[in-house]
Amino acid sequence: MGWNYFLYGILPYVFCTVAIVGTIYRYVANRYTWSSLSSEFLENKVLFFGSFPWHFGIILILLAHIFILFIPQGLFAWNSSPARLYALEISGLALGLLALVGLVLFIYRRLTDSRVRAVTSSWDVLVLIVLIIQVVTGIGNAVLYKWGSNWMAATASPWFYSLLSFNPKVDYIANLPLVTKIHIFNALIFILLIPFTRFVHFLAFINPLKYMTRSYQLVRWYDRRPRTEAIRQYK
Amino acid sequence: MDVRAQLSMSFHLDKCIGCHTCSVSCKNVWTTRQGAEYMWWNNVETKPGCGYPLAWEDQERYRGGWELTPGGSLRLKLLKGPGKLRTLANIFFQPNLPTIDDYYEPFTFDYDNLFNAPAGDDQPVARPKSLITGEFMDKITLGPNWDDDFGGSPLYGANDPNLKGLSESQKQMLTQFHKLFYFYFPRICNHCGNPGCVASCPSGAIYKRGEDGIVLIDQDTCRAWRFCVSACPYKKPYFNWNTGKSEKCIFCYPRTETGQANACAHACTGRIRFVGVILYDADRITDTAKNPDDRLVEAMRDLILDPNDPQVIEGAIKNGVEENWIKAAQDSPAYNLFKKWRIALPHHPEFRTVPMNYYIPPLSPILHQAKGDQGGTYDPESMEFFNDVEMMRIPVKYLANLLSAGNESLVLEALKKQMAVRMYVRQNRIGDVGDAKVKSALREVGLTEQDAADIYRLVALGTFKERFAIPETHREIKSTLDPRKMYEKRGTIGFGTKKKEFIGRSW
Repeated sequence: MGWNYFLYGILPYVFCTVAIVGTIYRYVANRYTWSSLSSEFLENKVLFFGSFPWHFGIILILLAHIFILFIPQGLFAWNSSPARLYALEISGLALGLLALVGLVLFIYRRLTDSRVRAVTSSWDVLVLIVLIIQVVTGIGNAVLYKWGSNWMAATASPWFYSLLSFNPKVDYIANLPLVTKIHIFNALIFILLIPFTRFVHFLAFINPLKYMTRSYQLVRWYDRRPRTEAIRQYK
Repeated sequence: MDVRAQLSMSFHLDKCIGCHTCSVSCKNVWTTRQGAEYMWWNNVETKPGCGYPLAWEDQERYRGGWELTPGGSLRLKLLKGPGKLRTLANIFFQPNLPTIDDYYEPFTFDYDNLFNAPAGDDQPVARPKSLITGEFMDKITLGPNWDDDFGGSPLYGANDPNLKGLSESQKQMLTQFHKLFYFYFPRICNHCGNPGCVASCPSGAIYKRGEDGIVLIDQDTCRAWRFCVSACPYKKPYFNWNTGKSEKCIFCYPRTETGQANACAHACTGRIRFVGVILYDADRITDTAKNPDDRLVEAMRDLILDPNDPQVIEGAIKNGVEENWIKAAQDSPAYNLFKKWRIALPHHPEFRTVPMNYYIPPLSPILHQAKGDQGGTYDPESMEFFNDVEMMRIPVKYLANLLSAGNESLVLEALKKQMAVRMYVRQNRIGDVGDAKVKSALREVGLTEQDAADIYRLVALGTFKERFAIPETHREIKSTLDPRKMYEKRGTIGFGTKKKEFIGRSW
């Protein structure tokens, strides 16, 4: 037992339960807010240089993390050649820096633009704090402790699998550097905050994917008779 | 044939006096909320002018509407190149989205200061205050009708995209006070047949109602991607910066469903607006929008079906159009003005959204440039009162750019018909035009005397019931509201969040 077990063995379950229940509750009870309040309409010059780097950087990084957590063997196979290891580490660091640039610009415009400030809630401030901690510690990992992808697959991934099997083994990560441990715990906080903040908007990506295959035009019939209850479309 | 009904509004531009009563009644009913202050679902523009938002007709900048690909298919201008993949690429930042500065920063005045200012040497003033930030503004730089009556400057008129193709001397008229031309142009959402906003929405939140053709945004499904704002060439969906949802003209459906006229139309002091039902063939919408520019308006008229044709009535009944709707379609001012008499035209048909509102082009003052010594074409002493429409003040080319995708013959037809009706009425009431002349004028434009009498009756004398042939919706079987949720929004306007967020944000 001890702190490590509490933080990395018990809280993950608590946070994930809150996140899943809260997210489902918000979707069912308050779908209206299932998004992120866009401020591009109020300020678009800084946002352009912030939003593109941030989103593309963070999405690729996040996908890489998920891949390593779930399939560590795949990562080891990829990294078996030094050239590919270098390529992965360098592109990871580059994407992290890209995301950092975007995030710093986000924070800058939240602080300086009075119009954007007018639509900023305290949740948004919390979101930015969590994200900047996450990105800075992530980059810190990459710079301070080499070949993070490899040892992430050897430590975080088994820990993650032990959580999945409801038999948490915190020893895998108990002796990691402080920066890394902050990085991991902050990620748990990120998961916790999903139902309460604009983080939910990354779950709304399903809609645009549906758009790819749907017809251009949509027609709804407001006739309550069963014949036309469903949304009907014309070509 | 897939017969559907559509509510359509027509506007008589000759009668619009630019009083903005429509805009104000719309605003009072629908958009006096935080985040919606800058929205004018109904607005009136001075033409030539840049309109609201500024230069909205410039689709090179905003990329609204549809374009024909070289292969002959329709594609949203916004999605040039990779098509829908562009939506994914631009989902984090939309390069073509107008910002609040393209509309105007909503403001109020610090009236309090007028009453509470301490005694001093100067008259106290009420400084403008932003309704977004609450801070004082240095100066107001734009407004919803900023270039009303040219706004004291030739710049706005001169930058009107509809001036393309006009001769230099016609353009110069804009800067010469005694030759000036302008008119007012009221705009609401066109509730298009092939709407760009619906087609662009990544969430599938925008839809056209099957029963009455009204285009609405489902507020619970909208995810604030804002593509509708860019894709609509008329810039009629607006982004509510406070709720993070797009909103647009709802054709006052809570009113029309109960047979009442829309707030804007009801309030119109000039009685320029007509609302009625048209029946159209939904199978042919896409083909209609694919026509070349000069044939677009004719194709749109073909799309509208004759409500007295037994086959059409049969198709309508089969599709669930109720009897009172068919009856309304037969009395419809929209059908008569656009299709039967052919004096109304759609607004910018070249955007290919198949707009469903129609405009009767204005007969501008006939005195073009008075007297020969001014280089003029018209001498009021020696020439007749009813003159050639081509010599009128507003260049036909300009109206054609605005209303018929550049096809001047359609505008001329509409103007000549109005002129013939005027001659017919003057002959009836005063009798100084000459029977033969009236008859030949009517014959030339293809109107019967009955048509002329009907047009005069509708546009000059029309009663409330004649101008607004709006059938009631059968709410016993049709309802916009889910019966399980129908009291949720009672006492509210229906927009905005229905409950507070867990902690904090009112969204």
